[in-house]
Amino acid sequence: MISPRSEGELAEAVASATAPLLVKGGGTRMIGDARGEMLDVSGLSGVTLYEPAALTLVVQAGTPLVQINTLLAGERQRLGFEPPDLRGLLGRDGVSTIGGIAASNASGPRRVQGGAARDAMLGVRFVDGRGAAISSGGRVMKNVTGYDLVKLMAGSFGTLGALTEVSLKVQSIPEAEVTLVVDGLDDAAGLAALRRALGSPYDTSGAARAGGRSYIRLEGMSGSVAYRAERLRAQCDSALVEGADSAAIWADIRDAAPLHGHAGDIWRLSVLPTDAAEIVAAIFAAFGGDMLRDAVYDWGGGLVWLALPAGADDVISAAVDGRGAAIKLRGAGAAPFAPQSDQVSALSAALKAQFDPHGRFARGII
Amino acid sequence: MEMPRPNSMVLSRREQIVAQLRAALPKGCVIDDPMETRVYECDALSAYRCAPLAVVLPRSTAEVAAALRICHALGVPAVPRGSGTSLAGGAMPSADCVVLGVARMNAVLDTDFENRFIHVQSGRTNLSVTGAVEARGFFYAPDPSSQLACAIAGNIAMNSGGAHCLKYGVTTNNLLGVTMVKMDGTIVTLGGPWGSGFGLDLLGVVCGSEGQLGVVTEAWLRILPKPEGARPVLVAFNSSEVAGACVADIIRAGILPVAIEFMDRPCIRATEAFAHAGYPDCEALLIIEVEGSAPEIDEQLSRIRTIAARHNPIEFTEAADEAQAKRIWLGRKSAFGAMGQMGDYMCLDGTIPVSQLSYVLRRIGELSAEYGLDVGNVFHAGDGNMHPLILYNANKDGDLAKCEALGAEILKLCVQVGGCLSGEHGIGLEKRDLMPVQFTPADLEAQMRIKDVFDPNWLLNPAKVFPLAASAARRGQDA
Repeated sequence: MISPRSEGELAEAVASATAPLLVKGGGTRMIGDARGEMLDVSGLSGVTLYEPAALTLVVQAGTPLVQINTLLAGERQRLGFEPPDLRGLLGRDGVSTIGGIAASNASGPRRVQGGAARDAMLGVRFVDGRGAAISSGGRVMKNVTGYDLVKLMAGSFGTLGALTEVSLKVQSIPEAEVTLVVDGLDDAAGLAALRRALGSPYDTSGAARAGGRSYIRLEGMSGSVAYRAERLRAQCDSALVEGADSAAIWADIRDAAPLHGHAGDIWRLSVLPTDAAEIVAAIFAAFGGDMLRDAVYDWGGGLVWLALPAGADDVISAAVDGRGAAIKLRGAGAAPFAPQSDQVSALSAALKAQFDPHGRFARGII
Repeated sequence: MEMPRPNSMVLSRREQIVAQLRAALPKGCVIDDPMETRVYECDALSAYRCAPLAVVLPRSTAEVAAALRICHALGVPAVPRGSGTSLAGGAMPSADCVVLGVARMNAVLDTDFENRFIHVQSGRTNLSVTGAVEARGFFYAPDPSSQLACAIAGNIAMNSGGAHCLKYGVTTNNLLGVTMVKMDGTIVTLGGPWGSGFGLDLLGVVCGSEGQLGVVTEAWLRILPKPEGARPVLVAFNSSEVAGACVADIIRAGILPVAIEFMDRPCIRATEAFAHAGYPDCEALLIIEVEGSAPEIDEQLSRIRTIAARHNPIEFTEAADEAQAKRIWLGRKSAFGAMGQMGDYMCLDGTIPVSQLSYVLRRIGELSAEYGLDVGNVFHAGDGNMHPLILYNANKDGDLAKCEALGAEILKLCVQVGGCLSGEHGIGLEKRDLMPVQFTPADLEAQMRIKDVFDPNWLLNPAKVFPLAASAARRGQDA
């Protein structure tokens, strides 16, 4: 295991490496068949800059999420994109780091309102496969200077380089939060209720469905939240959950808690909300027999978490082809990104070859 | 502005190139009459002009592909063009290029209110995207000030922002997918109505790549439900520093207005003389807009009023009705026009950390005096995206060069304090040679390698974004 303490040491280690490396932050979110010598970036830890009045945070890639959450909470702020904690779902231990969150574009329920991790990322520094330290973006909110390598690195799962620093836009914690809980609807009707909320002017910050219930979250100033909750409840029969109880519901949705403990493969599907129920039904139907038939729907149905028997790749590809995208977060076999067009695969492979010509970060996933 | 020597081989084959394009495309799609190509000789950076070899105006993705295949086979550079509103020279032609204009491709292909997206051809103008969905209570959020004219293609190329992106983000945050044509004529779809999906975020890197990776012909855009209402307030201060502190306090308090616009005294005076919006004669003025239902707006504005009061504003005017709201926005919206009445101007676009606002404004004042050119400041204060407007006289010898030198100084200042060269206009030609101020050679090399993947021969919008010397070898020219 290589454990650099600085970006310079990390660059040196990559430049002098002769075999594949496996970049590891906290090890809680790795996908694919992990190979290579461990390059542990947890030594690159600490806050470079935090300006609460500018909503800006710059941290080294190995900084633990808990440390960031504590720091932000001290100023009544948070990461708006609500990164999931995947340890329970994937059966991992370890400490989630911001580098892993950025490299996996880990985004939770609030994406429907405030965007994904990629949207909150203002800048990155990373070391590519040639051992060169590269910077893109910066620490300001608006920046179109040069190509956006920040987006390219977000969700690249360590295939192009090792992140060393991440700049983030943070947000204030609103003073009030409530959740509308809608019971007694089937999946089709329950998801339709979510879409109606998202299509309303009431600024929904969460729209999810699990265990036969639909959940709609509202956040903001207390008067505003009360007003919007009343309006939405007038359209849709629902119970109201407030404060910490509401937060607990969304922590479970965020982490796909209903699927914890399942032994099979874990998939995340990105589809059109109106297609979600049908796609899930088709996938379940392809298996038949005894299996967990539970799905967690987030983003109004645009995101589906599934736990499936191993080897579901073809079923997933067939169900999603031309209608969305999927990623296998846990499970054996290559190609966790399915399906991709030949054009996209070729461009991805060519980019990978540019950033990592010697295959130092050859993870077998691109 | 230095431009690469036109490729003489290409120039000498003009007739063959035009003939092949004509043969491949329907009648009326190819323009080579010098009288007609003149319209395309510049974009909104009108100080620089050059007529292209020809202009192609396709009506479909297949026609764009056909045109690019020919250009690729014959080694002819192609310059994509939306509506030609780039302030950075992003659509500026070269003498040996074919301009590929997407303006005729302006159809709405699909609207889906349940899944909240619209699918359009990329020549459609920004405002007409909202126009296609507003009857159902939706809108498209990015709102560059040229939104009446600018095309979605250009918005995607430059990752355009606007006054309301403090809350809603810029183009990249509202773009779900594209269909684009690579220089070699292959058609690629990135993302889709469900978003950019998983795997490498190619969509994210295409957005903001200034038309150098592909010609975007269709796009899926996120649409949002319109809030129930919006209301601006005008807050005037005796000092820019205090206005800046007020902005910081508002953000710090957890209030997220949809827009916080800032104007300084030179800009306020110019606008008053031009638009008569009734602005007070003061050092700094903020326009803050909040959204929601009437009671929600009241709740936010009462907090903003309390915060502003701590900074002793000389005026705090809340729009009582629609007419007053329009008047508050009138001056801001006519600021560029007003400055234009006073002479020629150059509009800069650097972004700074908001904490550096007062220092940067003071330094701009000093630089303005040093160079003997007036500078007015109007900008998006919530996100630090400055728009210094430098006044100069285009008919005066050396004035443009002096203006550009001052502009470069101001942009270097933005980078020095932790900001960047461009917040929303793009690099284009204008800031190409300043890139090394912000990036190391390794940073630029990484960016150019991306272009190598999408356009190995560097034929698509080639002499932009990167310093000429840095891209020379790739463009097949001596440095």
